[in-house]
Amino acid sequence: MTDRAAGERSFKGIGVSGGIASGPLHRLAETAATPWRGFTTLEEETALFRQALASARGRIEAAISAQDRLAGEILEFQLALLEDDEFLAPVHRALAGGMPADKAWVWVLDAEIADYRKGGGILAERAADLADLKTRVLRAIQGQEAETAPLPDGAIIVAGDLIPSAFLELDWSRIGGAATLGGSPTSHVAILARARGVNLVVGLAADLDALPQGAPAILDAERGILVVNPGAGMVASMQDRLAVASEDGKAIAALIRRPAVTAAGERVQALLNIDEPGLLDTLDPGICDSVGLTRTEFLFASGLPDEEEQFAFYSRLIRWAGERPVTIRTLDAGGDKPVPGLTVDSEANPFLGLRGLRLSLARPEVFRVQLRALARAAVLGPLKVMVPMVTVPAEFAAVREMLRAEIADLQRVGVACAMPPLGMMVEVPAAALTAASFDADFYSIGSNDLIQYVTAAARDNAGLTALADPANPAVLELIGRVVETGRRRGVEVSLCGDMASTPAHVGLLLDRGLRALSCAPAQIGPVKLAVSRYGQGNRSGHHGEDHGGR
Amino acid sequence: MDDRVQDRDWIVGNVVIQDPTGLHARPAVKLTKLAKSFASAVEISANRGTDWINAKSPNAVMKLKAAHGLPLHIRAAGEDARAAVDALVALVDRDFHD
Repeated sequence: MTDRAAGERSFKGIGVSGGIASGPLHRLAETAATPWRGFTTLEEETALFRQALASARGRIEAAISAQDRLAGEILEFQLALLEDDEFLAPVHRALAGGMPADKAWVWVLDAEIADYRKGGGILAERAADLADLKTRVLRAIQGQEAETAPLPDGAIIVAGDLIPSAFLELDWSRIGGAATLGGSPTSHVAILARARGVNLVVGLAADLDALPQGAPAILDAERGILVVNPGAGMVASMQDRLAVASEDGKAIAALIRRPAVTAAGERVQALLNIDEPGLLDTLDPGICDSVGLTRTEFLFASGLPDEEEQFAFYSRLIRWAGERPVTIRTLDAGGDKPVPGLTVDSEANPFLGLRGLRLSLARPEVFRVQLRALARAAVLGPLKVMVPMVTVPAEFAAVREMLRAEIADLQRVGVACAMPPLGMMVEVPAAALTAASFDADFYSIGSNDLIQYVTAAARDNAGLTALADPANPAVLELIGRVVETGRRRGVEVSLCGDMASTPAHVGLLLDRGLRALSCAPAQIGPVKLAVSRYGQGNRSGHHGEDHGGR
Repeated sequence: MDDRVQDRDWIVGNVVIQDPTGLHARPAVKLTKLAKSFASAVEISANRGTDWINAKSPNAVMKLKAAHGLPLHIRAAGEDARAAVDALVALVDRDFHD
């Protein structure tokens, strides 16, 4: 934290989603530190408890409408617990034993929350929902329900923590954003905020006492900063960014569900990268032309998944995408992505080792399971399969042969399956230089690895960031060559590395003839905007990238 | 539960969980809602079929931590026990789709 202009203080946190907003600070009421109520009579305590449950039920039901799937899941589970007699029985027993309703509820819920946390996995994820429910019902019992007083317009909410149901009750169209001391970028609230484009900073290093009610503030969720009582200089620079951000935000809202088109009217495919199933709950497939990359590594996070488990996810993804083509990449383990029991951990240089397709070919018994699941999923919709880290044509031919063999095998036992288009990632310079000699149905340039191999600068070495430059002419030259090869062979070329998710690089890629960009979900709007501005007469009017020099 | 009769006539069914994330919150809620629509006692058990829990309690079902690809045992006792078991098996079998 630093002191600049009189009273200006800036606090650092983790930016989760959104951009910049300014407004008055608004502190949400913290959970009561009220002493326990005195016990009245069993009848009165029971009636009070029942009323509190009913009030909580009413508020959750009101919030449940018009929410996406994740929000629905959080709220429906809480609602179901309020109607779970077995779950509530210990509270009633405690009431019968003479405990006041608020204390009995907290006592039982604390034990349940501890149980859920201990349970790990999907159970631990739900502990936050129980904590959420505990707070809500406790407030109702103690007669201090969350405020319904209107927030000041554009308020920046500050809170120790924000529970999912409280998040879902707030009208974010009127709120500037939120900063919480607790929370993590992977929490439910973070996922909900990302899906809604809410400006959110979590893990703020601040004391609530340093964040006075009503104080003017600027929230910069891009950089994860909250500035309280900003001085004139700060306000001016932020206003500049705000103006740009608000203009961009409006432009993005107008074009995110439309096809991406350059200023000259040329169509560019905007593809989506999917790397975890949770995304499907909050994303509208209407924002993309197709899924350009599905990373399947998450399926292998806790051991090797069987064919059914893989098939279940592939089918869900294809159903979600509807008519849109879905490209699924076979396991890309190794390098910086170890998989226990599969990858080798004794390699001196794992990025140049047994990774991606090399590992799959070395472990055919694991690879075949994935190929079978993919061949079965191919009958459900327009599925495309691609393989990572291909170096020479013989490797690619081996994959096609294995896929054919698995399909023949499935057909023999009467299982529905189909041969999907089979494409390759272009990330090894040798493959980029000789792309035409591969029998690929499409190419997808993996710019992250391509850059590190072309510049001989490891991705995970922060000291080499300047050398690992996406704009290095050698990198751009190779991208241009692959695009040209695709054009000559009449097959699609896309790019799915970070370059395609970076608005500042969009122009470089379009300059090289690339017309399909596969982006991270949060970046597809900004990338479409950059595409729409590509080729405008005055390129210097292209703002947004030069401010603040990161 | 002490009031649960151990030797009553249970109708039993088995099914394998399809969802890659296992029996997470939304399926758990669907399952309990369906179980509650039957008068019979309905219980489920994961894996080996030893510890049975009340299928009408979302809290208990969630805490079962029933994982993907593993068998889920379902049993019911009462006048509509057969219908209850069939309905629950069908629900899990179609991966909790409506």
